[in-house]
Amino acid sequence: MNITKSALYGGATAATLALTLTACGGGSNGGSASGGAYDKNATVGVGSLYEPQNLDNTAGGGQGVTEALAGNVYEGLFRLTDDGKVEKLLAQDYKVSGDGLTYTFTLRDGVKFHSGKKLTSQDVKYSLEKVIGKDSQSARKSNLEVIKDIATPDAKTVKVTLSKKSISFVYNLSYVWIVNSEAKSLKTSEDGTGPYTLNKWTRGSALSLDRFAGYWGRAAANKGVVFHYYKNATALNNALLTNAVDVVTSEQSPDALDQFKNNQNYKVSDGDSTTKLLLAFNDKAKPFTDVRVRQAVSSAIDDKKLLESVWGGYGKLIGSMVPPTDPWYEDLTKVNAYDTARAKKLLKDAGYGNGFTFTLDTPNYDPHPTAATFIKSQLAKVGITVKINTITPDEWYTKVYKNRDFAATLQEHVNDRDLVWYGNPDFYWGYDNKQVTRWVEQAEAAPTTAAQTELLKKVNRKTAEDAASDWLYLYPQIVVANSKLSGYPVNGLNSQFYAYDIQKKG
Amino acid sequence: MARYLLRRLAFLLVSLALASVVLFVLLRMLPGDPANALTSVGAGPEQIAAARHAIGSDRPLPEQFTHWIGQLARGDLGTSFVSSLPVGPEVSSRLNVTIPLTLAAFVLAVLIAVPAGFIAAYKRRTWYGALLSGVSQLGIAIPVFWLGMILIAVFALNAGWLPAGGFPQDGWAEPAEAIRSLVLPVVTIALVMGASLTRYVRSATLDVLGSDYLRTARALGASFGRAMWRHGLRNASVPVISILGIELASTLLGAVVVESVFALPGLGSMLATGIAQHDYPVIQGVLFVSTLAVLLIGFAADLIQRIIDPRLRGRLSGGSR
Repeated sequence: MNITKSALYGGATAATLALTLTACGGGSNGGSASGGAYDKNATVGVGSLYEPQNLDNTAGGGQGVTEALAGNVYEGLFRLTDDGKVEKLLAQDYKVSGDGLTYTFTLRDGVKFHSGKKLTSQDVKYSLEKVIGKDSQSARKSNLEVIKDIATPDAKTVKVTLSKKSISFVYNLSYVWIVNSEAKSLKTSEDGTGPYTLNKWTRGSALSLDRFAGYWGRAAANKGVVFHYYKNATALNNALLTNAVDVVTSEQSPDALDQFKNNQNYKVSDGDSTTKLLLAFNDKAKPFTDVRVRQAVSSAIDDKKLLESVWGGYGKLIGSMVPPTDPWYEDLTKVNAYDTARAKKLLKDAGYGNGFTFTLDTPNYDPHPTAATFIKSQLAKVGITVKINTITPDEWYTKVYKNRDFAATLQEHVNDRDLVWYGNPDFYWGYDNKQVTRWVEQAEAAPTTAAQTELLKKVNRKTAEDAASDWLYLYPQIVVANSKLSGYPVNGLNSQFYAYDIQKKG
Repeated sequence: MARYLLRRLAFLLVSLALASVVLFVLLRMLPGDPANALTSVGAGPEQIAAARHAIGSDRPLPEQFTHWIGQLARGDLGTSFVSSLPVGPEVSSRLNVTIPLTLAAFVLAVLIAVPAGFIAAYKRRTWYGALLSGVSQLGIAIPVFWLGMILIAVFALNAGWLPAGGFPQDGWAEPAEAIRSLVLPVVTIALVMGASLTRYVRSATLDVLGSDYLRTARALGASFGRAMWRHGLRNASVPVISILGIELASTLLGAVVVESVFALPGLGSMLATGIAQHDYPVIQGVLFVSTLAVLLIGFAADLIQRIIDPRLRGRLSGGSR
């Protein structure tokens, strides 16, 4: 279903694996260029399942437009690196006032838009207002609504005043594209500052980018990129097998990997995504109001076996909502780990010695039905009966997300840094812990990122111990590429696919 | 004939108007809210209400309907809820793929089915007549996506002769590449369509072969070939043309599967995406254009039948849809 909402959950059409971040941090990129010269004028073909809806990320462009244009065509004041850090991009420098409410940004010199216009503070102001504007559909709109005022004392200075402290402000700015304030029809064309210009977008088919000669930074390592869009994984894999594309941004069909794994013409990389498969309890509905019941269910399910059966060796186990690429990650897989004896004891203590029955609302697309069947058989061993109720993404949204009419559900959560949802007692899973809510608020108002990280680590540990949800596993982020290719991003931190470091051997 | 044409045209317009009402109402009866697709995580009720207002889905149905019909009258198919881009230009660009695909497949299917069906009937007692008949029976049972996958495996993945899918980004500006992209999808549709057409041609031919008029013509001294040509072909073609019209129309609508297997940017894949996203203007636009095409095909089939068979000229035939 649902493209913009795929930030929270996905459907068969808007599958949710967040893609990849780049490149700039360390040499963790797909395959090192194993010697040999590369062709500076090569065109790289990228195969993807996520076509943009339109080209404006504040007008419902969706995951696809982030993948194709973020970092490639548009740049922000800051950018996210592959290991989840934030670094300066169009911002040369910035200062924060003592009270943490005023941010003063100095813009980089010599930056030009593709139209030839020089970047000024007006463009930054315009771009920020576009994200928080009335009609904005940006996923970061609510985070950036702390902006109270934007001033432009001179052409290269932007002064932003916040209504309250927000330690994530700079991080959130990495999602804001700086657009030429005079640009028109941004839904079908572009005017950014990135290393590529848009050549042509043919809806339903492909989107091509050309290297921008006037780029302020290091020029792209290839002459251009063409994103080819497919509706199903088989067509995508066929395109890679017939060299119609050089790289697939996110492999969604584990069964298809064998044909690439044992073939020297291809490289398969197993990176970290931020997509978590959750068994989300309704913490406000019996029997899941009782922490012991939630812990028991978590301990009764062998996550390792589930991951193995769905992804066969790929992916990672997680003990909480936090994936390794979030700054407050800690390995918590030992908390409420698989232990059926413990599960039985906890159930007995909670007064459910004879077990109980609950309905599991299960979205009708992979991997949820597989996971539901597995969970049902696992919980049967400790005396819990699961009734599987298969629903469409639309029903999920209405029944579970909006009306909270559920006992437990399965859902994939794609965003990075989304632990903070546990601080919102009104979120659909109904986890309500005053202490956790306070920690989340304090973390956002923290003076330093170190203090923020410390507080969110506490949140992480507390929610894990409380089994606020059962985090079944972290999806793998699998990129498959032709062996001629190197320098492509392999980790899935966001939906981005920075293409400018991709080298292709002739 | 002029009077017939006028009446037939009026009939076409009434059908189109009825179809547009049915289309509109049926879509609104589907469960789900398009506004859900347009708001981001954690959107409150007021944001969802704003999204509904922006796309106009909060207005009363009759008002939405008159708005849509008004747009149609001006030749405007409206604006997509999801992309906020106009539907019309996208439909026409998709037709650049779907029309050549459907027509080429149709012609190829007829070229296969007419001789094959005739031989299967006329030579039904020989081994190859029986074989043709059997193969066509088998062809009907083959799912089109499966055949597509087999053809891809053989001719694209193994032999490497043709692309496994996709369509050149510049479309027909690259004619050679465009044609290469369409070969396998055309063959896929043509084989499946040809198989069922062969059955119809065969049974129509069998009817003719056993008919009195053919026997009479032969008794009057006409050679078999001349009797078939003068009498048999005309009579056999009338029911076959009806079927051809239906087959052509259903191929146009059924291209969804083939377009998905071969990753073609056609009308079918646009419809599939529109449905998945509750994008009413897109669904309505695609279905309206397809309905128009189907009605026109029916119209053409009727006309051709009347030209071939003078007996039909006395009445207003609506039997070919």
